[in-house]
Amino acid sequence: MINLPIYPILIPLLTAVVLMFFPTKIRWQRSISVVGSLVTLGVSVWLLSEVITERVIPLYLGSWEAPYGITLVADGLASLLVLTASIISFTALLYAFRTIGEERERHFFYPVFQFLLVGVNGAFLTGDIFNLFVFFEVMLMSSYVLLVLGGTRVQLRESLKYILVNVISSALFVSAVAYLYSVTGTLNMADLGQKVADSGQPGILTVIAILFLIVFGMKGSFFPLHFWLPGSYNAPPIAILTVFGALLTKVGIYSILRTYTIIFPYEPAITHAILGTLSILTILVGVIGAIAYWDVKKIIIYNIIVAVGVIGFGISTGTETGISGSIFYIIHDMLVKGALFLCIGMLMKVTGTSDLKKMGGVIREFPGLGWTFFVAALSLAGIPPLSGFVGKLLIVQAGFESGQYVGSFVVLLSSLLVLFSVMKIFLNGFWGPPHEVHATKHAIRPLLVPAILLVALASFYGVGTQFIEPIIAQATETLINPSIYIDAVLKE
Amino acid sequence: MEILMSFVIGILFMCATYLMLSKSLLRIIVGTGLLSHGAHLLILTMGGLKTGAPPILVDGTEAYTDPLPQALILTAIVISFGVTSFMLVLAYRAYQELGTDNMERLRGNEGND
Repeated sequence: MINLPIYPILIPLLTAVVLMFFPTKIRWQRSISVVGSLVTLGVSVWLLSEVITERVIPLYLGSWEAPYGITLVADGLASLLVLTASIISFTALLYAFRTIGEERERHFFYPVFQFLLVGVNGAFLTGDIFNLFVFFEVMLMSSYVLLVLGGTRVQLRESLKYILVNVISSALFVSAVAYLYSVTGTLNMADLGQKVADSGQPGILTVIAILFLIVFGMKGSFFPLHFWLPGSYNAPPIAILTVFGALLTKVGIYSILRTYTIIFPYEPAITHAILGTLSILTILVGVIGAIAYWDVKKIIIYNIIVAVGVIGFGISTGTETGISGSIFYIIHDMLVKGALFLCIGMLMKVTGTSDLKKMGGVIREFPGLGWTFFVAALSLAGIPPLSGFVGKLLIVQAGFESGQYVGSFVVLLSSLLVLFSVMKIFLNGFWGPPHEVHATKHAIRPLLVPAILLVALASFYGVGTQFIEPIIAQATETLINPSIYIDAVLKE
Repeated sequence: MEILMSFVIGILFMCATYLMLSKSLLRIIVGTGLLSHGAHLLILTMGGLKTGAPPILVDGTEAYTDPLPQALILTAIVISFGVTSFMLVLAYRAYQELGTDNMERLRGNEGND
């Protein structure tokens, strides 16, 4: 199937367009959204299975051959991430049915949610750097609407800041693309990779690489540019926060991973060293925040920043071990962060507060919720054999192999502190003397289904690593040897 | 011509930065508008400014204008238009709801939300 790579973009888009027509018929909205998400999920599985045999599937839109037209490229990394994104969005949708509230459902929640997926899947699948910008904007525009939907005071206040930060980073993105175009004369990623390789990446291209690092670092919340994340992510309801936390920052990291392996891998002493240093600082800042707060939402939000740092450190090693560790960790983190956000959502629903000091003893009434959270928390910290372990092991191993001892120790130490931060929620929220309960078991049980689904998948991902490993190894190989990607797209 | 445009872009970026650092919400939005204008002009300039040639490449022609930057600009303009209008509406709604357009008073208060 030659058109396969466009389906994960096209199906959510069509679903969203159909949903726009009757915003008030909630029953229809829900069923069409679920059908759309399931079809996207099915197509992603299909795409991945095709990519496993074909390695790289390019799609030339309008039959304009690369490097002239817009190209979509499905390789191992892109299709794995599209599949994970489809899983996360499906579970978040199930959770949203019972929590998002009728007011939001009537005001285009479901169509905008699908538009967000268009942007996310498009950013993963595109093979053109300007097209990446366009899909970023599709994603951001939907995220603005989702963030402000409901119009509470906190949401309005935080949306203003979130939009401002993203408008600035988008302007930088456009400028970086303009510089890149003026130097290389092309925007196709494969063609860029080849042109940069031929020219040996002179100084000007290294500067542009740093500019891209700033742009994607802002979207992915790397250290000095992470300031917007804790405030903005605190505002929306949990179902939306799950999608934001699990998907949006990962798109930024994916873009760094893509550009720093296919296009700019030739000056690692400058670009990758800066990325490595920033990643270590990011981990430190995230860990400090995660430990310091007594607000369950804030703790998990700061854990997003920690994960960004860990993945960035893996990319900065530039070795095969490091990159495959980063890919392992990205997917693990998407699944587990999704599960954790859903769990604390239920915890907050049960206790009626997000302040850890005002809750306790939830596990007595809700053992299922407690143990689901416990498994997710252990996975996040990377306890073997759960899902975080393999990725972190590979990243640390790559760090030691390339002589970055400080960074590797910080990653190891951060695991311990991450464990402390999530155990703090478990000890204070689930154990201890019971407090007032605001929700019945009957109300929580259907919400638990998507969380358990994610935790089960994450556990399988950890325990069944040997089944996943060949796919990740293939994805890594395409990134380590850009020539595979370039030859497949340019057909040489 | 490219040098002149570079100065224009620099001045636009400068004004945008100045406006975005102010406290009034409306000034900030005008600032983001100027910022995207600067970025758009940058794309056009980076594609190379040539006059007197059509943007068509027929075999054998030496002089032609690169059509790609114009296509890029068009896309970028539409996007920034959409974002700016959304931001204006949001700013008005926020002003109604929060009773202020002073960013100084829109700081998050930790722990309470």
